[in-house]
Amino acid sequence: MSNDTELHDTLEQAQSTQEARMGEGVDERFNSTLRQAFGHTPFILTKFDKFMNWVRGSSMFMLLFGIACCSIEMMHTYAVKHDLDRFGAGVPRASPRQADVIIVPGTIVSKFAPRLKRVYDQMPEPKFVVSMGSCTISGGPFQEGYNVIKGAEEVIPVDIHVPGCPPRPEALIYGVAKLQERVANGETAPVTVKPYELEEFGDLEQDELVQQLASEVDDDDLVMRFNWADSP
Amino acid sequence: MSLEEPQAPDVGVTGEGDLDYDALEDLLGDNVVDREQHENAEGFVIRPDEVEETLSTLKEEAGFDHLSSVTAQEYQDRYESIYHLKKFDDPTQELSVVVPTARDDPVSESAAGVFDTAEWHEREAYDLVGIEYEGHPDLRRILLPETWQGHPLSQDYNQDKPQIVPLREHANPMEEKTKIPDDPDTMFVNIGPHHPATHGVLHVKTTLDGEQIADLDPDIGYLHRCEEQMCQQSTYRHQIMPYPDRWDYISAGILNEWAYARAAEDMADIEVPEYAQVIRTMSAELCRIAAHLLAVGTFALDIYGDFTAIFMYAIRDREVIQNILEDLTGQRLMFNYMRLGGVAWDLPEPREDFFEQTRDFLDELPDRLEEYHNLLTSNEIFQMRVIDTGVLPPEQAKSFGATGPVARGSGIDYDLRRDDPYGYYDELEWDVITEDGCDNFSRALVRLKEMEQSGRIIEQCLDLLEDWPEEDREIQANVPRTLKPEPDTEIYRAVEGAKGELGIYMRSDGTDKPARFKIRSPCFCNLQTLPVMSEGEYIPDMIASLGSLDIVLGEVDR
Repeated sequence: MSNDTELHDTLEQAQSTQEARMGEGVDERFNSTLRQAFGHTPFILTKFDKFMNWVRGSSMFMLLFGIACCSIEMMHTYAVKHDLDRFGAGVPRASPRQADVIIVPGTIVSKFAPRLKRVYDQMPEPKFVVSMGSCTISGGPFQEGYNVIKGAEEVIPVDIHVPGCPPRPEALIYGVAKLQERVANGETAPVTVKPYELEEFGDLEQDELVQQLASEVDDDDLVMRFNWADSP
Repeated sequence: MSLEEPQAPDVGVTGEGDLDYDALEDLLGDNVVDREQHENAEGFVIRPDEVEETLSTLKEEAGFDHLSSVTAQEYQDRYESIYHLKKFDDPTQELSVVVPTARDDPVSESAAGVFDTAEWHEREAYDLVGIEYEGHPDLRRILLPETWQGHPLSQDYNQDKPQIVPLREHANPMEEKTKIPDDPDTMFVNIGPHHPATHGVLHVKTTLDGEQIADLDPDIGYLHRCEEQMCQQSTYRHQIMPYPDRWDYISAGILNEWAYARAAEDMADIEVPEYAQVIRTMSAELCRIAAHLLAVGTFALDIYGDFTAIFMYAIRDREVIQNILEDLTGQRLMFNYMRLGGVAWDLPEPREDFFEQTRDFLDELPDRLEEYHNLLTSNEIFQMRVIDTGVLPPEQAKSFGATGPVARGSGIDYDLRRDDPYGYYDELEWDVITEDGCDNFSRALVRLKEMEQSGRIIEQCLDLLEDWPEEDREIQANVPRTLKPEPDTEIYRAVEGAKGELGIYMRSDGTDKPARFKIRSPCFCNLQTLPVMSEGEYIPDMIASLGSLDIVLGEVDR
């Protein structure tokens, strides 16, 4: 469109809004009722942040991630009957690099905590966490176990907690919908209480335990140090 | 049909098929130092340096071909390993071999040379209790991280001590150092612990030679949530029962609860009313169908990939069962329905609705199963993937202590519901399914056919429950509010869970909590067969084998 006259002419002649947008002869499939409703002024005025939040909240890619009992109910949430996909949040991705929500469905134990952290770190920003079940809140029924991390928040930040042992699929859907709502409103405030971090072994404070393990672990190995006495 | 040859009666068996412990003692001669009386069997006490010889004699000459479990525990004055022996032909013939070791130097001879399954059991005993096994091929921690300090189920363990856990398995498979030095064509690949095909948090360390698996080592413990410790600090009467639901959490809750209920009831001499037994049998079989459905659905997921029709159909049918079970127990997944001496409550009112709902499901079951057969077993693509892959010969299945559909898919005719009857099973008409293929296909087929049999059992239970006279509906025996079994009562009891023989060993110390609570998990034993099935095979076949084993990590790691 080189000048004003041509633009004016085109608008005059336009029989369908599609032609106005894309020129003549474009496939009918590119049209839509919504598009037609906009007529010849196909513009929306909004804040960029608001638009991005709305987009984020409306299309959530979950990480295909199962830990324990809760993952069975999580599978039911994804599958027929409950079908989380209806809410734009139910396509599980097998790779953390393609996912933006991680549902943590189960008990986290000492051996798994560094791996959970690693999987979380591999997800691209912005990322959100839904913790599912009592175990990810406090350790749940296994809270007193010698090997059990007292909640997901000890390792990664959490946006939404869904309580239950296990939560029903409806509860998980409610939790995810709530997360979507908060994301769409730009309200996320993940709770961050992360006493456990991945560190290089060499950076740890030289205490008795570190000295004991010095022959077994290399200085540049990544480790997580659990202080059980300080756990809630 | 069974692959086994008929045999002459074993040494130590009387004409009636009972065990003659005196004859067994004669067979072992001086190896038996002492004899103990356990609730389920006699225990022969032997010296720690004669384990292999004793077990080998019992296996070769007395026919004890099934090392069901190994329990390790610490007393005030000694450590003890108990080898629970059984026979695949008749699991009611049991014998415990008790091996005490000194407290200051707990070294005992390994049984891994006699039974392959002892390898993992002894690693677990070393990990959690701290007994060392001499001659063990690979004695290292199995459930806890290798850098763990102390043995958590030993008596002087301090739970508050800090621990350091490394994250080592992040090497790039393309790097030089991940290759085996003397074989430059191999490549090391981690499968898991976060991987869609490992059914949870299993980590399989594989060394590949091209597309084939040169070496494979399942690394477990990513879901070791201290179930045994939890049970040891809970009371018999009510507090332990919720935990079994969380071992095999694929809706098999009631089957697991039954394992604990059976062991505790036999320990405390509680007689369960017949009506409650029928309800138990019915609900347990509903659980079995639900568990097998998920096994079949996720197996299809592993074979075809992505969320396909079969998975969705399986979930659809599971939802129906979960609704029935929710009406009965009040929960969708963690039922907590059994009580010692019975069940929590009677069928929901109005009973007619419950019966109708359950019958509707059973009426549709044959069509549903036909659908699964059409989509799976008669599907050419499926057959190409699973027939003659993941072969597990029966001898090896036995040596690894495989049970359940894994054993029955290898032609081993072993089902505790029939062979060691409990509940109401021996009054009902149903068949034990076995398949002789020994491959992934057989195992899937066994599960599909078992659902049909479970349907038969439920149908008969429904008939019984419908006709049960109203004044006779006793759901709970009279059980004391606090249960304190006699001190030093020891029992090992198993039931047929969804995955196989689920056994519980308990020792009482006179209090209302067990002094030792050991879970014999079928998945733990079944998973050990993975290297047998997969080494030398292609990597997709390993994924198929893993799917056909149908492991639940909650039960593997406990």
